[in-house]
Amino acid sequence: MIIIVNNNDIREDGRSFDELRSFKIESGVLERADGSAYLELGGNKILAAVYGPKESFIKRLLKSNTGVIKCRYNMAPFSVDDRKRPGPDRRSTEISKITAEALRPALLLENFPNSMIDISIEVIEAEGGTRCAGITAAAAALADAGIPMRDIVVACAAGKVNDEIVLDLSEKEDKEGQADVPVAIMPRTNEITLLQSDGILTEDEFRQAVDLAIKGCHEISKIQKIALKKRYEESL
Amino acid sequence: MNIIPEITKKSITDIINNGERIDGRTIDQYRDIQIETGIISKAEGSARVKLGYTQVIAGVKLSIGDPFPDTPNLGVLMTNAEVLPIADPSFEPGPPNEDSVELARVVDRAIRESEMVDLEKLCIEEGKKVWMIFIDLHIIDYDGNLFDAAALAAVSALLNTKIPKVTLKDSEIIMDKEIKEDIALNDEITMSTFVKIGNKMVLDPSLEEEAILDGRLSVGVTKSGKICAMQKGGDNPLLKEDVFEAVNIAIAKSKELINILNK
Repeated sequence: MIIIVNNNDIREDGRSFDELRSFKIESGVLERADGSAYLELGGNKILAAVYGPKESFIKRLLKSNTGVIKCRYNMAPFSVDDRKRPGPDRRSTEISKITAEALRPALLLENFPNSMIDISIEVIEAEGGTRCAGITAAAAALADAGIPMRDIVVACAAGKVNDEIVLDLSEKEDKEGQADVPVAIMPRTNEITLLQSDGILTEDEFRQAVDLAIKGCHEISKIQKIALKKRYEESL
Repeated sequence: MNIIPEITKKSITDIINNGERIDGRTIDQYRDIQIETGIISKAEGSARVKLGYTQVIAGVKLSIGDPFPDTPNLGVLMTNAEVLPIADPSFEPGPPNEDSVELARVVDRAIRESEMVDLEKLCIEEGKKVWMIFIDLHIIDYDGNLFDAAALAAVSALLNTKIPKVTLKDSEIIMDKEIKEDIALNDEITMSTFVKIGNKMVLDPSLEEEAILDGRLSVGVTKSGKICAMQKGGDNPLLKEDVFEAVNIAIAKSKELINILNK
């Protein structure tokens, strides 16, 4: 017996509920940065760069018992439909903060007292889910910079669209959908380093969304690691 | 570096791992909550919330303005938080830092996503004039857990917000400040914040508990027990089981908080 499963009508772009958008990541794309990565996820185009560990001229930010990280999430004015005014706003301030918190648990910062690691995420083009894509790219850039880490953090969102829990919301789904749950994990231990929820969900739906997002994280993690290996295969 | 939390960390963690807390509460118990409403007569809605010694004043101000182009028939809602230098020795004056931006955005998200405020009823003339609701949160005493205190303050200020009656006559807005109506609300939200200390998810962290926090989770819940917002904070990861446990407690605690809000 042949059972034809037709999931095509679930989502506008024809993806099944647990399918990621097309995904591509490359590390070592910038010359000057100590580490860098470029990522495309659906229509998102994101660059991440890491400088450090280094001294900082803002001495009060440094700590004598551990290293610190500084994170800046920034959207290019041309990355969205209506030009975004350059410079930080409330949204990017919040995302910078939670991105730093999502990455910090993986970093062995205690090895670098009195020094700072600078992480920059530049969104060149945005199409929904930039914070997760930014975290995935930044983690790859950190690995590329040779910063010692417990794990390579990876992020992915799940959400609720047309009463269905689906993986990796596109811009349209994010706007028209009912909820969005971005999650970042350390894939070796499944520890959650970022979790937000935006929209209405029952307790059950929330659990489903978290499980689905974690599944998506593992899928992205594989490709993220291939990208890092590839960089060194090429340089041999 | 603040060394006091480093010194107290072990003893606080040991006490919590035994299922107790330094102030004698249980792991899932709120501190005493006091709410006064209508404390500022110049504001259209206001409230002062005391959560233990943490104190937040919320004021709701209204003005008539232009709707956003993509939502011509909806009123505008904005939440802002100021963490004032009087609240803690380490707080400095200046533009909102990332902590106060996060606080404002998380409270805003819970209120917005729950569709608690009926924004459609705030439309005066479609595409031209709508009511703009500004919720300003003033943090005046910081003894831990600003998220829950700020959410309580914002919601109780909204619950007593009155809007002057406006009528549209030949596309001119006539406002009658004598007649005031309650703002249209569909729902009420509460927020419950947990910190992970040792192996426990501890509800309503005090200042000492927050200073040693391993990871934080704030859960916004609607009156019907659905999740409307969530935010993880802090430098340490959480386990999936921790998150699910916290969500479960938050939904249960929401009823308790809704009762306090409507007392």
